[in-house]
Amino acid sequence: MSKTAIIIGGGVAGMETAGQLNRLGIEVVLIEKQASLGGHLKNWDRLFPDRRESQEVFDYLEKGMNDGISLYLNATISDIREAGGKFTVILEDGRELSSDALVLATGYDLFDARKKEEYGFGIYDNVITSAELEEFFRNNKQKNLFEGVQSKRVGIVHCVGSRDEKVGNLYCSKLCCVTGVKQAIEIRELMPDAEIFCFYMDLRMFDRHFEEMYYEAQEKWGIRFIRGRLSEAAENPDHTILVKVEDTLTGLPLKMKVDLLILLVGFVPSPETKRLAGMLGLKEGDDRFLCPSDEHLLPNSTDHPGVFLAGTLKGPASIAATIVDARAAALQVAEYLVNGER
Amino acid sequence: MKIEGKKQIWNDYQKEIAEDHFFYVRSCIRQNFFPGSEKSFLRIMKEELKKDVYENPSHTTCSGIGYHTDIVPFETSMTMVARQFALMTEAGYENFTTSCITSFGLYSEVLNTWEHEPEMEEKAREFLYKATGREFKKPKNVSHASDVIYRFRKEIAEKGKYRLVNKLTGEPIRVVEHIGCHYSKMFPSKGVGGAEYPYVLIGMIEDWGGEVIDYPERRHCCGFGFRQYLVQANRGFSVSCSKKKFDSMEPYQPEMILTNCPGCPMFLDRWQYAISEMEGKTYGPDGTGIPVLTYEELAGLVLGHDPWDLGLQVHQVPVEPLLDKIGISYDPEKKFKAADGSDIGRPEAPVYLKFYPEQA
Repeated sequence: MSKTAIIIGGGVAGMETAGQLNRLGIEVVLIEKQASLGGHLKNWDRLFPDRRESQEVFDYLEKGMNDGISLYLNATISDIREAGGKFTVILEDGRELSSDALVLATGYDLFDARKKEEYGFGIYDNVITSAELEEFFRNNKQKNLFEGVQSKRVGIVHCVGSRDEKVGNLYCSKLCCVTGVKQAIEIRELMPDAEIFCFYMDLRMFDRHFEEMYYEAQEKWGIRFIRGRLSEAAENPDHTILVKVEDTLTGLPLKMKVDLLILLVGFVPSPETKRLAGMLGLKEGDDRFLCPSDEHLLPNSTDHPGVFLAGTLKGPASIAATIVDARAAALQVAEYLVNGER
Repeated sequence: MKIEGKKQIWNDYQKEIAEDHFFYVRSCIRQNFFPGSEKSFLRIMKEELKKDVYENPSHTTCSGIGYHTDIVPFETSMTMVARQFALMTEAGYENFTTSCITSFGLYSEVLNTWEHEPEMEEKAREFLYKATGREFKKPKNVSHASDVIYRFRKEIAEKGKYRLVNKLTGEPIRVVEHIGCHYSKMFPSKGVGGAEYPYVLIGMIEDWGGEVIDYPERRHCCGFGFRQYLVQANRGFSVSCSKKKFDSMEPYQPEMILTNCPGCPMFLDRWQYAISEMEGKTYGPDGTGIPVLTYEELAGLVLGHDPWDLGLQVHQVPVEPLLDKIGISYDPEKKFKAADGSDIGRPEAPVYLKFYPEQA
């Protein structure tokens, strides 16, 4: 008799885990709370570092969603029960789904930029988040970001909600740096005469081609990088934004006016992950992301036999890394279902 | 500017403010700077709102200025704060209200320290007992006097004789508010509206009919910032701080500045005079300045108190243009008269800043 796995979460990690397990001959049930699959990937226009269309990645993941996968969209889980090594997931509408293994792939939320009150997101007219900019790029291909604006000066603020004790997030979100560099280049491509300033603490261009992209931003596109954390933003009478920052390389305080301020919002653990982890008694780290049973050797297993983790519910990760993690998770689940090992 | 965003933050930062029975502690410097403010608070609370406010004349400085200038060690400050609490306990009160922002910040800091480091509280109790034989209970509620006025702002509006409206045009008076750093920058949750968009003064301005102006340098220091002023050599920095604020608010044509802290009205008022003498620059129309009021003075004006009883004649920036706009009645002849009618003398008229009563 074939074994069944339930995947909770239909973003990149959930879709890839589901597709892989299905190809390994395991019956897969995929539960997604939203009306469609793809999670945050659907909000991206182009991906770093090569700026391929995000749609290409989605199309690949979607191909894996063949008939062997039972898909439950708009589905919220009200309870999870366990008896005799079997899991029963109860949906809010009363439907019950059972399986031999569970994979949590519930992802992350974006940091709510309103919590950095001093930056004025949600208050000042010209302060937006990197996610909003990406949405703009996705929905308005090649359209000028600043119709009607004369001077075109853009500030990009790194580490919003990350590496910030004040908001309770000490961890690095890892991918905001490269996102900021990518978006700076894209703004410059659209508006060659725009002045673009990135305000950063230090640039963590850790992955392949990231550092090259940072060089390209400076050498080819003339993006200016100022090492200093923004202390505050305020709105001028003409709705431009006044920013204050210390340029820590020159040791001087700096005050400048920008037409648009973009906040690079980081990852935060999602409340849905916390809720489901609570039902299953899973371990949370100091950073509130979920912990696998062994960071090095069992990165997809938990202390709860039959329950596995995939993707960014364990912490910030790129799409490429998430896909690798999802495949690793699928292999671990398959091994558990075949050999009974976690 | 999206007001909904601010309202969200204001909802997030609400605090408990006691309703009655206040143990009131004064500021070290306000009675010299703005002599009618504390008197106005007591008059409003006792006579108009019929609240019980108790003062013990043997209360001392909280030591805040000494503490923030590194002269008084924290243990000493803690013990002095403990003594104020002992006076409150002995008088049978539980709600502690301070006139001074720096005191409010220090009381909040000491209580917060005791919460996280109970051994520090034990130390303070021991020091106080050894020095004075006194013991104390911690207050149930600590508020700044502006919190209390904020709590009763609607009652004040109802009883009020005037609204912050230009009597000729019917337009609201445009007000800039300045909150004072120690009110909520140290402990955002202790201030109404938090640290970045504090609401305590805005609530008064709105309910009394005025319009609030947000301007780019709203958060910038008023110019007191102890090190800038107490160290005489740094005073140029103090005046440049104030000037930065005036330059930033000027395009919005504010008609008044409302303040919360002992230092802010002092520097925002006095430095307007200094800048006018140094550079010939004034920030109001026709050589006038922007009048600077404390929240007690403004509450007093709204309630119809005589401006000279409120001590407005000691302001360096004359308040008459504002009084005239609102239509507040006053006798220009009594500006420099004491309560018994005797002459209190008058300052030398500034060169550039328009002086009232205008001299022929």
